[in-house]
Amino acid sequence: MLDAQDRQLLEHIQLGLPICPQPYAEIGRLCDMAETEVIERLSRLKQQGLIKRLGVIVKHRQLGYRANAMTVWNVPDHLIKQLGGHISRFAFVTLCYQRPRQPEWPYNLYCMIHGKDRATVLQQLEQLVDACGLSSFDKEILFSTRCFKQRGAIYTTKVLTHG
Amino acid sequence: MLSPLHKQLLNDYQHDFPLSARPYQDIAEQLGVSEAAVLAAFNELNDNGFISRIGPVIPPNHIGVSALVAMAVPEAQLQAVADKISAYPEVNHNYEREHRLNLWFVVIANDTEHLHAVIKSIEQDTAFPAMLLPMLDDFFIDLGFKLELNHA
Repeated sequence: MLDAQDRQLLEHIQLGLPICPQPYAEIGRLCDMAETEVIERLSRLKQQGLIKRLGVIVKHRQLGYRANAMTVWNVPDHLIKQLGGHISRFAFVTLCYQRPRQPEWPYNLYCMIHGKDRATVLQQLEQLVDACGLSSFDKEILFSTRCFKQRGAIYTTKVLTHG
Repeated sequence: MLSPLHKQLLNDYQHDFPLSARPYQDIAEQLGVSEAAVLAAFNELNDNGFISRIGPVIPPNHIGVSALVAMAVPEAQLQAVADKISAYPEVNHNYEREHRLNLWFVVIANDTEHLHAVIKSIEQDTAFPAMLLPMLDDFFIDLGFKLELNHA
């Protein structure tokens, strides 16, 4: 579990590791922690899976991956784990998760594909549907058109205010 | 234009960024270049908007809570409504998608109460109802991305 210092450390490092020779020392200064402790804590959090990965977070759009499809399916609840697991094994899938159905939104399984163009993404989706046996389930494909804001998940323990 | 060094940094350091006192020096040694070259290349990637940052990916619902939210907004009002929503620090992604529900954003907060307060405030600010879709289970979340950069 996370202690108060882990949280403080994550709050600082999630904004981005400084690009300088000793970035962990820099982060340590911000949260009053020795460089070695910063490194030890981050290593432990990674080992525990509380940090899923530590590294470069790319901006897909700027790198030419402009076609982004969110596909949603309505699948029986008892099959969702198995189908989600299967979908996740495809290298072109960036995200796959379950969300609750809503009165006007019968879908519960979500899959995100980032690709260079729509034709490629649609082809990959077809491959996915065939391989995972998804063809009999209702689905919708929602391509993104405009990106108004993209930022990493910023978690904070502070109370945020806004106007 | 992306140099071979840029491409290596983009593709090879998404998962296991060195956890050492001099991580950029370690990368430099792995790639056979100088630490200064690695620092300069990361600065360029950052300045040109190719990377969002170097940092951790934290699984959802471990530190805070998050929800995907969808809204149906008339095209003529979309930009203005999207701008209002993007102004919330709790909103981290905000996209237009091709659908009747055309605005999709993610809200992150430290607890459920805060999350619901933000969504209520957004509904009042924009006068559109929000459909709340919290995460129930993640099968696969942002484990990096293999970029094919031959033509980048």
